[in-house]
Order: sequence, then C-alpha cells, then structure tokens
Amino acid sequence: MNEDVIVHGVEWTVKELFVYPNEFIYWSIQIVMYPYMTGLVAGAFVLSSLYHVFGKKELKEIAQFSLVFSLALLPVAALPLLLHLQQPLRAMEPLLTPHFTSAIAAFGIVFTAYGLIVLSEIWFVYRQYFVEQVYALKSEPGFANTLKRSVYRVLTIGAYDVSAGAVKVDKKAAKILAAIGIPVACFLHGYAGFIFGSVKANALWMSPLMPVIFIMSAVVSGIALCMLTYIIIMEWQAFWQRRRGGALAASEIKGAEVDVISSATRYLLGFLVAAISLELLDLIFRGYTAMKSWDILRSVMYGKDFMNIFVLQYTLGNLVPFVLLILPGRTMKRTVLALLLVLFGVFMMRWNVVIGGQAFSLSFSGYMHYEIPIIPHSMETFKEGLFGALTVIATPFVLFWVINQFVPSLRRNVEEN
Amino acid sequence: MTCSRRDFLKEAVGGTLVSSLPLSAFVFLTTEEAEAAIAEAKVRWAFLVDTTTCTGCGLCVKACKTENEIPYEAPVTRTWVERYVVTKDGQTHIDSPLGGRDGFIDDKIRDEEIDPDNIDKAFFVPKLCNQCDNPACVQVCPVGATYQTHDGVVLIDREWCIGCGYCIMACPYGVRFFHPTAKVADKCNFCYHRISKGMQPACVECCSFGARRLANLEDPDDPVTKIIRTERVAVLKDEYGTKPHVFYIGLDEAVR
Amino acid sequence: MKWHVLRPLWVAIGIVGSILIARVFLVPDDFGIHGRNFTYGFHRLSNIQEWKDFQVKYQGREYCVECHDEKVQMLNQSPHEPVECENCHGPAVNHPDEIEMLPIDRTREHCLRCHAQLNYPHSARDQAPGINNRMHSRRRDCVECHVPHDPREYKE
Repeated sequence: MNEDVIVHGVEWTVKELFVYPNEFIYWSIQIVMYPYMTGLVAGAFVLSSLYHVFGKKELKEIAQFSLVFSLALLPVAALPLLLHLQQPLRAMEPLLTPHFTSAIAAFGIVFTAYGLIVLSEIWFVYRQYFVEQVYALKSEPGFANTLKRSVYRVLTIGAYDVSAGAVKVDKKAAKILAAIGIPVACFLHGYAGFIFGSVKANALWMSPLMPVIFIMSAVVSGIALCMLTYIIIMEWQAFWQRRRGGALAASEIKGAEVDVISSATRYLLGFLVAAISLELLDLIFRGYTAMKSWDILRSVMYGKDFMNIFVLQYTLGNLVPFVLLILPGRTMKRTVLALLLVLFGVFMMRWNVVIGGQAFSLSFSGYMHYEIPIIPHSMETFKEGLFGALTVIATPFVLFWVINQFVPSLRRNVEEN
Repeated sequence: MTCSRRDFLKEAVGGTLVSSLPLSAFVFLTTEEAEAAIAEAKVRWAFLVDTTTCTGCGLCVKACKTENEIPYEAPVTRTWVERYVVTKDGQTHIDSPLGGRDGFIDDKIRDEEIDPDNIDKAFFVPKLCNQCDNPACVQVCPVGATYQTHDGVVLIDREWCIGCGYCIMACPYGVRFFHPTAKVADKCNFCYHRISKGMQPACVECCSFGARRLANLEDPDDPVTKIIRTERVAVLKDEYGTKPHVFYIGLDEAVR
Repeated sequence: MKWHVLRPLWVAIGIVGSILIARVFLVPDDFGIHGRNFTYGFHRLSNIQEWKDFQVKYQGREYCVECHDEKVQMLNQSPHEPVECENCHGPAVNHPDEIEMLPIDRTREHCLRCHAQLNYPHSARDQAPGINNRMHSRRRDCVECHVPHDPREYKE
C-alpha cells in the first residue's frame, strides 16, 4: 500500500465476524478524552459557582481555585477535537458556516461564550489584585518585573478604580456571571451528551437520558478533580513550608482543610448517586424493552465489555469510592484514593460509551475491538494513541501553572472580595 | 476533463452507428445537451438492486473503485457485495472480504468450510449509498460540507469537510468512510459525474447480470421506475426513518 | 469609571465582531441554502459542478466499437454478450491517446469471479457454468484454452 494511503481506523480496529467493510473505530481515544475534559470543565465551574452564587461559604477556598482551574481546562476541552479532526486546519469552519441541525455546530459558539464568561468572572474576582500588582510592581526593578507589570496592565483592561463601591460592583458582576455560567456549563457538556444520544444509527448511544447522564457524571468528575488537585497542592505547599522552618504565619501551614473537603464530598456523593441511578435506569430500560439491538448490546455489555462496564466502571469506579467516602472516620489519604477512583470511573464511563458504542457492527452481526496504539510510529498513531491522550491530560496542569503565575488562585486569606 | 468521450460522440453522430447497441439512444446527445436535458427535467435518482440475479462477481466494486479513485488496496469502498449463507441450523454466515472487490471464488467463509448439503439458502446482496430522502448524515454535518442535491443525491464537499466523522457515525448503513488520500468523508454518489452526463453509474455499466440499475423516479416512463412502482420491492433498515432510495428485489430477512 | 464593569463586554463584542468580519472573507460567496431546506441543502453551490466535472473512466461498449468493431460483434453474438469490454480490459479513459495498450486481466481469478462453482442453488451464481476450482486444470489460466470473446470456442 502506498505510503500516504492511510485508512483511518485500520491501525487500531480488529474486526470479528461480519462487520461492514467501511466500519472502523473512527472515534477513538480522543473522543473519549473530549467529553471527559469538557466534563471536568463543567464540573469545576459548577463547584466554584456553589460558592459564588449559592454562597456556600465553606467552599470559598476551593471555589477560587476551581474557577481558575476550569479556565485552565477550557482549551483542553477543544484540544482532543482538534487532534481528532482529519482536517485540523479547517477547525474554524463550524464558526464560519455553522449548520445548526448538527450538535457539533454549536460547539464553537457555546465554547466561545462559555470561555468569555469564565474569563470575565475571573477578571471580576481578581481585578483588584491586578490593579494592586500594577502599582506594586511600579517601583520594582528588572526586566521580568516590567514585563509582568505590562501583563497586569493589559489584564486590568484599563479599569483602575478600586474604590469600595467599584469592588462591590465587581463582586456583584462575578455573582451574576457565575449564575449565567451554570446553565452554559451544563449546556456545554449536556450537548456533548446530545452529540452521542442523538445518533440514531448507534443502538448504544441513542437515548434521551444521555445528555443528563453526561451532565451528572461531568459534575462528579469535575468536583473530584478539583478536590484532588486542591488537596495535593495544599498538602504539598504545607509540606514545603514546614520543611523551610515555618517562616510564615501558622495559618499558612495548615494544608488542605478538612471542612472544605467534607462539604465538597457531600456534593460529590449527591451527583454520583444521580449519575449512577440514571445510568442504571438506561440499562434496565434497554434490557426490559429488548429492541432489535438488544441481542448484540447484551453480548457486548454482559460479555465482551463486562470487565470494563461492571468491574472497572460500576464497581471500582463508583461503588468502591462511594463506600470509601461514606464510611465514618475518613482520612485525607482515603479521600484521595476515593477521588482517584471516581475520576477513573467517570473515564471508564466515557470509554464504555464512546468505544463501547463502536464495539459492535451496525449490521448487529459482528464486533470491533479497539487496540489503543501505545508506541506511536506515525502522526496518526500518536494523535489517536496513548501519548495523544496523555498530552491532553497533562496540558491543563501546565496551563494552570502558567495562569497561576498571574492569578493567585491558591492564595490563602484573600481580602474579602 | 481530458476524456475523449465528446469527440467520440461527435464522430459517432457523423460516422457509423451500431444500431444494435442498447445505449445508442444517448449517442445522439452531446454532453452539454444531455446535461441540459437532465437539469430541465425533474429528476429524483434512485437505484434498483436485484439480489436474485447477483452472482457475486464483484466487478461492480472493482469498477467503482477505479472510476471514483478510491485506493484499490484500501479496505474501504463506496459499494460492496455481501454474501449470505443461511445454514440448516438457522445460522447466518455473512462475509464481504475487501468489500467483495475480488469476487467470491471460494466457498469458505472466514476460513470456515460450510457443507453444501447443510445450506438452506445462499445469495449475494450489493450495497451502496441509499441517497436517503432524510439523510441522517447530512443533518449532523456541523459545517454544511455534505448536502442533498435537487435530484436527491447526497454529495460531500471535499474542500469544506473538516473530517470530524460525525456523518460516518450517523449513517445506519455504514456507507461512509474517510477517503484514504483526500482525508475527508467519502461515499457513493451514484457516480454523479456520470449520471449528470446521461451515462450509467460505473457499477451499473459493469454489471453483466442486470442486478444494478439506476432509476429516475420522476419519470413514469423510466423502465426501472416502472419496476419499482409495480413490483414488490423493499428497502434496508426503514426503521431509522431515513427514507432510503435504493430498492431491493428479493431482499431476505437475514439481510443486515 | 463606574462603568468599568462593562469592559469585559466590550472585549467579548470585539471577539465576536472579529469572527463575524472573518466570516465575510473566509466563507465562499456561493455558500448558502440551495437545496430543499437548511437541514439538507446548506452548502457551497459550486461543489455540485466540481463533482460533475470529475473524470469519467469507464467509457462503455459504444466507445470500444469505434475501433474494435469486429471484436465487439463477436462478443455480442456470444454467451459473454452481457460482459462489458472494460471489465477485463480496464477503463478506456485515456485509450488510445495516452495509454496505447490497456492492461488486460487474463488471470484465472478474474474468470473465477463468475465461474467458480459455489453450490448456491438459490442464487444466480449457479446459473453461470461453474468449475470446481480445486479440480479443474489447476494452476492454468482459463484463457490458455478458452476464448473469452466467445467462450463456446477453444484455442487450438
């Protein structure tokens, strides 16, 4: 075969029995990553809004952090799509000629709108800090500080008024944006579920519950990731400061706060129960109605994908962390383990939807197996392989580090703002 | 277009005509005239597949791949032929190696020997794009890169397709794929370049058994349209509401 | 200064505006609703013509008869009459201008497409004369003995 003749999907699809000639696993690991990352964005934002809108004071610290973290996650929600496109240079076309009967067409618009909301909210929350920095860095020498100062000047967008009245207006604006942001975040992710749920050709995906299931599990994974990252960063900071000999105030050394984590855990458990109930409802309904596709669906769910669905997703990813979180005497270590398992469980749910939906042929007479490319030997096997997925996972943390250089989301005891 | 068909037509009009040829009716039209005639008349292209006359030679697949420049060795194809062997134990054995490009010259199915005495029925089913009236693939295209023409054929804009694969997922018939070199979605378009010139699709032209025929449903005098209207024909997977326009004679319950 | 609260809005309007301006330049002029509705007919109009201009390869028997009258007549009177010339000779697209000799498929596998006996009594396959591929003159091409243009005749 010619060098540039690449049949998309041949690398990682293994066919069994009768599968139509053109059927391959066209949507692979990056499409698993896409709803996973969007889910994290939506979940992180919802967590931050619990404080900003509903005034859950106990969530204040994690709310600041999760707002900024959702900004770091935002570009990464689009990255898997970009890596997946066969024509990535045409990625702007959904904004140029959106065909609104397609669920994907809304992506560019919802994504842009949501991005602007998050950016604006962060601006309102941190504007006072930006202005302070501009003045503080004025007298600092050195090129780096000059550069940093000009970045802050841009970040203020010329609004230097930090009078009590102006700051009050900021606070109010942030609250309004957070309130608008919740439905937009849910929409951003709910329609990711709609992308799958509306594909009538796919027996596993087609379900009106799909968008709701996606939102619920999105919030679960988003809260879990924020809690996890928060705990790790705070514990690490505390550890580091203790080693340096406690030069800072005692309040700075306390690490992750137990009450912050316990209240976030309550929300996590609530959404987890909702997500599992809906998923089980969907499964039971399919079995009970037993449409034409049920034979092949059953053989996939209870046979070929049993390990992935019932052992890894439901047991290890849902049941075990549920028990770990609900049992009394919870320690920070146990919480971390439970959170890791929750994140894994949601990832497996995405995997079982995206890959599982392509595990059987449209002919209902054969199966396809996905063999994820581990060692890349071409751009295609990198993008749609393990390393492509790892790139996507790593990017938000790098971005968060960069953003955090300018927006101190982990700062303790912020002035009342 | 460097093809010398037009030259041939000119010469044919002035030169010797072989009146016994079945396609001679088209010889009197130049390409432009044929195109104009088709544009003026109301056209709704449809297709008729006769599974009772298909022998599984796969020459349609070969012709299609060559005509439409689909890399010959690639496993993807715009049209394909499936073999169904229903055995006495109630099992259905289906295969379509390389889309049936090289025909079916062996009675083994996926290396499994099937005893001829154990066969209840066996037959071949050609598949191609159904050019649906309500194409799910078009509905889900996020950028308007695939669309239905006024004559019912669904086309793909190779300059505008972003290659997201949503249309491939949305098609219940599995006719779409990523073109191995163009890197965009691709599928059968009834050889739009041929039918708009008054020619037959390549697979129809190369079928020796009349198992594949093109119809214009808007023309009541079209012999193939007459068959579709008067005989008992079926379509594939009508439960999806796509209103497919490839009609089948002799479609079996076992066909997927 | 109290309207500083609107500044992010101006930035947002600026971004949306630049996308709208970019659309004017980047969207082809003939992009619009050309078919029956927005759902099924939203596209670039000139693409239809681009597909019509796609190169035709298979020319059909009436093209071959121009020069190979004798062969076509022979075929037309034989049991192989339904078989298109180009099925074995390949598409005539650039012949004879650019490709003088078409690559002819003379392989045994080519004939077996129709003539390999499969024992499918309910399909049309059994109506074509079939051979048992594992028994009948193995390792020899059919055309060594049979005349493809008139299979009733034998060579030598």
